[in-house]
Amino acid sequence: MTINNCIGNTLMKSNRSILYTLLCLLFLSPVAMASEPDIDEIVNKANLAAYYAGEDGRAEVTMTITDNQKRKRLRQFIILRKDKKDGGEQFFYVYFKKPSDVRKMVFMVHKHLDRDDDRWLYLPALDLVKRIAAADKRTSFVGSNYLYEDVSGRGINEDTHELVKTDDQYYVLKNVPKDPDSVEFSSYTVWIDKKTFLPMKTEYIDKNGQKYRIVEVLETQQIDGHPTVTISKATDLAGGNATTAVFQAIKYDINLKGEIFSERYLRRPPREIRR
Amino acid sequence: MNKTLFAGFICIWLISLHISEADAAGLIDNLYDNYGLEVAGFEELAGGVRLQSDGEEKQISIFDARIRLEATREIGEALLNFKGDLLADGVTETIELQLRELNLIASPLDNMDIKLGRAVFTWGTGDLLFINDTFAKDWQSFFIGRDEEYLKYPGNGIKISFFSDFANLDLIYSPLFEGSRFISGERLSYYNAGAEKIVGRNLQVTTNEPNRWFKDDELHGRLSKNIHGVELALYGYSGFWQEPEGYSGMRKKNYFPKLNVWGGSIRTAILGGIGNVEIGYYDSTENRNSDNPFIRPGEIRWLMGFERELARELTGSVQYYMESIRHYDNYRQTLSLEAPAREKNTGTVTLRLTKLLLDQNLNLSLFIYYSPDRNDGYARPKFSYKLTDNWLIDGGFNLFWGEDDFTFWGQFQKNTNVYAGLRYSF
Repeated sequence: MTINNCIGNTLMKSNRSILYTLLCLLFLSPVAMASEPDIDEIVNKANLAAYYAGEDGRAEVTMTITDNQKRKRLRQFIILRKDKKDGGEQFFYVYFKKPSDVRKMVFMVHKHLDRDDDRWLYLPALDLVKRIAAADKRTSFVGSNYLYEDVSGRGINEDTHELVKTDDQYYVLKNVPKDPDSVEFSSYTVWIDKKTFLPMKTEYIDKNGQKYRIVEVLETQQIDGHPTVTISKATDLAGGNATTAVFQAIKYDINLKGEIFSERYLRRPPREIRR
Repeated sequence: MNKTLFAGFICIWLISLHISEADAAGLIDNLYDNYGLEVAGFEELAGGVRLQSDGEEKQISIFDARIRLEATREIGEALLNFKGDLLADGVTETIELQLRELNLIASPLDNMDIKLGRAVFTWGTGDLLFINDTFAKDWQSFFIGRDEEYLKYPGNGIKISFFSDFANLDLIYSPLFEGSRFISGERLSYYNAGAEKIVGRNLQVTTNEPNRWFKDDELHGRLSKNIHGVELALYGYSGFWQEPEGYSGMRKKNYFPKLNVWGGSIRTAILGGIGNVEIGYYDSTENRNSDNPFIRPGEIRWLMGFERELARELTGSVQYYMESIRHYDNYRQTLSLEAPAREKNTGTVTLRLTKLLLDQNLNLSLFIYYSPDRNDGYARPKFSYKLTDNWLIDGGFNLFWGEDDFTFWGQFQKNTNVYAGLRYSF
């Protein structure tokens, strides 16, 4: 627990004694720091660590999709993100570079918490700005083993969370969807790193109780002060195919203007995708 | 032309495929690293035939060998785009160089963009229905199974866009009107009102082309705003009918009468999908009272559409589109008795279904136009499959039907065709 959090919690709970506050401030002991956060805090921090690092960010992503016959397909894109508010609404701008048939296409998302996301696709060959129905977030993103929801994050209020285990390294959370009909899984278990709060592994259980999908982090780095996933992998255990995603040229807090996430820059890519 | 030239082109096409992928990728990387030039493109071979004989046209409906080259380069803060096709057309027996894009995009001011040169332009909310999108189309390519991108025909001009919190304004000026590539009889048969029957190669539409720079010009405008995901737009157009909707008795030729269009549109997320409404007033300025039988009368056009996901990887959409003739009584009175008259209101329903399979590598789609008022229609079932990141095969049908020979879709019924293609992208 950090000092700020300690003070924040203390102030909010104003009925606590002043003595406690003083103790907290003066004797911020290793014991106090090691005290376990509650489950909501873990979920919140993991959400922020995984999807809201910095005010904005940029990364070049290479996805390699390997099917069950070892055939490979490549997806290369640049992703820009801007947060309206930590844990709240976000904007995403995805500019495709490869393969050739999707080159220069742009996919843009205005992520909302209280309603369906707004999504647009720009098709440069037709100069067409197409609005896309956002209904199902659990469909494949560009034919990979990642889902739209993996890219923009699953709403933390859509599941009930249970802390099933804590060890030296991880908080292990079991998550059960509140609306089971809206998703293809019955539950998923996530291993959250105790230090960075990054979700390091997620295992999905299908409606028959079988584990069928794993998303795992293979490499992280500290970038601009943020623990960041640099290589991850999504595996479809049933289908036998997997996608590896490598994140490069990652930058945070690059002062992306809000207007980048508008029709203007769908038709004319901003310079931020080039450098 | 000469068949030798065409055969030669096919040979070059085939040989160029033998450049190994590694060589091509190396060359492309080299161009980018040394000259900042982003290069891409594809080579494509496509063939297709009519499913019934058409005495007016060849049996073969499409036979294309095509090489596409695209290049992009940054020049300071500006961006230079080139996109061109070299096409050997086995049906018309010609070799064509088509420049699709050669333009410079720049932002002279923080709140202003310009695009200068040749480009494809699109706006409006219809799906394969166009009201305020008054830009040139290539219906010929669309009806024979070329990629949908070829439905949009490029134009020369300048696009100036201003952005503000109040609204965004786009103006596109073309100094010389070019018009759409309409169905002229060259390779698709059509109903000729003068001949009172379906005709083709032997009775092609001849037109009087506008040729006065800065006089035969076009101006497109759009004022648009996105309010919390609700996209609103107003449109204006001053130019010509995109197809030769007029006939000049003196010159014994068809021509492109003047046209103004005013309209608006709304598009928003609604009921778990996307809904849109668009309306346009087609002011046929040379026939404002609809009393000149040789010029298409003015119309009110509107459409409404809805699209949503029906199941995983299955999307469906419907649209209803209406054309209403202005001053219909005048139109009917001045039309000669023998000529087939249009109804005052003609509605068209469209349906689209798109299904993605095999990790989104197989795309099955169906698009149907159907007019209950005219009892005619046009269906476009098709598939495309990505064999690898580079190779794609596709194919489909263009099915036209109609009770009468003279209706919008009915006149094309002998062009019903099947096609398939193979494309290598680099």
